[in-house]
Amino acid sequence: MFDILTKGIFKENPLFVQLLGVCPALATTSSLSTALGMGAAFTFVIIGSNLVVSALKKFIPSNVRIPCYIVIIASLVTIVEMVMQAYAQELYLSLGIFIPLIVVNCIILGRAEAFASKNSLGASFLDAVGMGIGFTGALAIIGAFREVIGSGSLGGYHLNIPAFEPVLLFILPAGAFLTMGLLFGAINYLNGLKEAHYGNN
Amino acid sequence: METTSFAILFTSIFVANVILAQFLGICAFLGVSKNTKNALGMSSAVAFVMILSSVISWVVYHFFLVPYNLEYLKTIVFILSIASLVQLVEMFMKKYFLALHQSMGVFLPLITTNCAILGVALINIQKDFSFVQSIVNAVGTAIGFAIALILFSCIRERLEDSDVPKSMKNLPIALITASCMSIAIMGFTGMK
Repeated sequence: MFDILTKGIFKENPLFVQLLGVCPALATTSSLSTALGMGAAFTFVIIGSNLVVSALKKFIPSNVRIPCYIVIIASLVTIVEMVMQAYAQELYLSLGIFIPLIVVNCIILGRAEAFASKNSLGASFLDAVGMGIGFTGALAIIGAFREVIGSGSLGGYHLNIPAFEPVLLFILPAGAFLTMGLLFGAINYLNGLKEAHYGNN
Repeated sequence: METTSFAILFTSIFVANVILAQFLGICAFLGVSKNTKNALGMSSAVAFVMILSSVISWVVYHFFLVPYNLEYLKTIVFILSIASLVQLVEMFMKKYFLALHQSMGVFLPLITTNCAILGVALINIQKDFSFVQSIVNAVGTAIGFAIALILFSCIRERLEDSDVPKSMKNLPIALITASCMSIAIMGFTGMK
């Protein structure tokens, strides 16, 4: 049971291991707060879609299942969009078009198809929570890295690092690609070390 | 009118390049850029679907959603019309244009989940473009997508033969290459 929850965070992390959802990971991580906002919206949608898909798995005919999943996900995304517009206007404006684009985030459709349509309500919920935490965590790491280097602050608070000049490039689009490239390189390097240590099995 | 259309075209190709400045369609960008042939097939399929779906989503939005005050349904309606459009195009192509289907048909199902397509449809509405402006924006975005994807695939073909540190091989170095291309595109910032 616990395994279902943690696999989304580490072993099958949607962004770092499965390489899904790269678009929002690049576009919404110019600061920690937008990264967390995106993560929260994503987590809500994936929990909702996993629960609904799992609850309706006996009623959805298998040859039209993908359109059904898309309608479920799109409805949830519309709810998130309207709630955010009403209560978090600033976040809504900074995430912009990437809120409606959660619909085409492959992680959510992937979990609906690969997990929620075959498992119980409880397991699907845990799976969604794990994936949500995994994705939000990954976004937060990228967001924090880019914000500290790119604007010398974290979560909106200015850090007084002596003799440090913010590198504007990191909050621009080019910095997003650069950060992701370096991060994936670092992950590969660590995996390489682990393999060398434990042997290649 | 002429100048504004040109401005939209130029902006969508270079200044706000769909991949390198707006981060839409990255999955396709990273996924099919390993050789130039696939990149060409993918960009033509994207161009085709992007223009058609911009037309259809504009018509649906202005003739069905606005008169009934249902604008908030746009995300659901757009994704469904794009998905059914792609399905229809694929069936039609398989029946009547088999050669074309073989060269770009394999990419069509993937395109439904390409965020660039839905993204352009939503941007057209967000920026309040007229019908003609929407088409111009779609064409420009498609050209921008093709330029970025094809150039990137050429660079990646060369990268295969170069001596890259082991842990930076494939994806990491590709992302850093994309970063350099994005810096180049930044040179257009401010031009409108």
